Amino acid sequence: MGMTITEKILAKSAKQARVSAGENVWLDVDVLMTHDVCGPPTIAIWKKEFGEKAKIWDKEKLVIFPDHYIFTKNSHANRNVDILRQFANDYDLPNYYDVGTERYKGVCHIALAEEGFNVPGTVLFGTDSHTCTSGAFGMFATGVGNTDAAFILGTGKIWEKIPETMKFTFKGKMPPYIASKDLILQILGDIGTDGATYRAMEFDGEVIDSLSMYERMTLTNMAIEAGGMNGIIAFDDTTKKYLSEIGVTEYDIFESDNDAVYHSKFNYDVAKLEPLVAKPHSPDNRDTVRNVEGTKLTKCYIGSCTGGKITDFRFAAELLFGNEVKVTTFVVPASTAVAKQLEEETLKGISLKEIFEKAGCIIAESSCAACLGGPSDTIGRSVEGDVVISTTNRNFPGRMGSKSSQVYLASPLTVTASAIRGVITDPREFL
Amino acid sequence: MENKITGKAYVLGDNIDTDQIIPAEHLVYSTSDPEELKKYGHYALSSVPIEKAGLPYGGKPFIVGENHQSEYTIVIGGTNFGCGSSREHAPLSLKVAGVKVVIAQSYARIFYRNSVDGGFLIPYESQFKLSDKIKTGDFVEVDVEENKIINHTDGKDYQLNPLGDVFEIVKAGGLFEFARTSGMI
Repeated sequence: MGMTITEKILAKSAKQARVSAGENVWLDVDVLMTHDVCGPPTIAIWKKEFGEKAKIWDKEKLVIFPDHYIFTKNSHANRNVDILRQFANDYDLPNYYDVGTERYKGVCHIALAEEGFNVPGTVLFGTDSHTCTSGAFGMFATGVGNTDAAFILGTGKIWEKIPETMKFTFKGKMPPYIASKDLILQILGDIGTDGATYRAMEFDGEVIDSLSMYERMTLTNMAIEAGGMNGIIAFDDTTKKYLSEIGVTEYDIFESDNDAVYHSKFNYDVAKLEPLVAKPHSPDNRDTVRNVEGTKLTKCYIGSCTGGKITDFRFAAELLFGNEVKVTTFVVPASTAVAKQLEEETLKGISLKEIFEKAGCIIAESSCAACLGGPSDTIGRSVEGDVVISTTNRNFPGRMGSKSSQVYLASPLTVTASAIRGVITDPREFL
Repeated sequence: MENKITGKAYVLGDNIDTDQIIPAEHLVYSTSDPEELKKYGHYALSSVPIEKAGLPYGGKPFIVGENHQSEYTIVIGGTNFGCGSSREHAPLSLKVAGVKVVIAQSYARIFYRNSVDGGFLIPYESQFKLSDKIKTGDFVEVDVEENKIINHTDGKDYQLNPLGDVFEIVKAGGLFEFARTSGMI
């Protein structure tokens, strides 16, 4: 009996010839990632539990990105960054990316990719549910809490239950009005926010093959929105090219066997898909954009690990060129590298940044910002009565700030088309 | 680990996500400072829409006034309890508020792991939806040896799924205690 890509990677990490779904194993962790919200409590647990003997299992494998509550006057939030800085100094950590320095990167999941920590065939744990984003690189990546992270920090090991795998295959040619965000919203509407709980979500098919690494990351990012343990896309030439450009050349390539056992298989013809939204207050509350067209908006938001990548802004710039926004629109590049690309990349001779400025968007500094609400002075945070359309990943009550606000999730194309009209708008109106 | 846990039930619906359990804006407080820790209890379940707070009737805040502890010690949920973020502050905030057991039809993976590995509370699975059977304020007893919940208010009892593989970690009081007793660390 064959194995899936997820099973093969976990078998290697568990030092076993094979593993089967449902089995509990102890894994060797290749990278542990944490940030300003969960890093300080993780460090506190590690110090308390290991006491005088507390030792970081491998400094090279610990990666810390302050990214959540960065541009705020909130003294408690700032204290959390101070704790990370002190920890990095005390232990001389090589992979700490401090705020206010040239090393600052922005949102961890995108920075992990940019900095070469996403290595095919490896196992990455992070104190953030969207750690599953890294699975786009043919690796196992998942989120854990602070106690598990503290255990990894001291031992390099953690227990995990081998997940069953669900396979999602996309065939056909991507229409220009569909982005990978629509693909994952389609899946979420089909299986619900617990449709993949404790399972791996494997994406393949000619559509996935045609997607850039960043568009693939939109899919794996939102695996957790279906409850998935991890999202995964096999290594291919696109992965290889991305990695070689940032100097990552050593890795293990795994593929699912033809006779691998799947929990279930889903097939989609992408030509038949419509631009979609997730209506308030759940990522699986799917509807077509056409069905909610005309809904009056107070804010549009393009940002986050899900929807603040360069590919998201290319979609947005294409529609915004020569247009103005009718409603307050936030542009929040996920990383400082994306922010730099907005300045350098041009469309018809004009930089993407200038296109956004001319259109009247508010461009913020790279961080998680209002995706998860954050302290009261967070840019873009929703307030009472707001109706927001956003490229982010969650719209639970209060997620972007006020629990009385209404948040629609959509692709960067749909969000931008809606920003231009001030009401929810199908991107086909502009394409 | 206590074998019998008694107290008042607080009943919630499906898909109680971590933002409802502890809104992200409060995650700035220290989890090790005893005074700041109380904030987590105070804000526990504060983003549950009021009409869904304390079913079946709603309108019953989990925390009253400036308190950091709730009068309820057993939370009953529906499906997909704890979905959303990886914040361990979610089971922590329930614990600080005085919750010892959550009984839900199903859990999101990270919340479940965090509850067990952090030793915050016992996450039991019910065999069917108990949020339809038990009312907020009912006096209930959870028997950890018998894997059973008894509703003393109406005299009915319901079997719960055994904790299975994670029982040893729950019994030890968390992942670190488990690892120490089994000689791993």
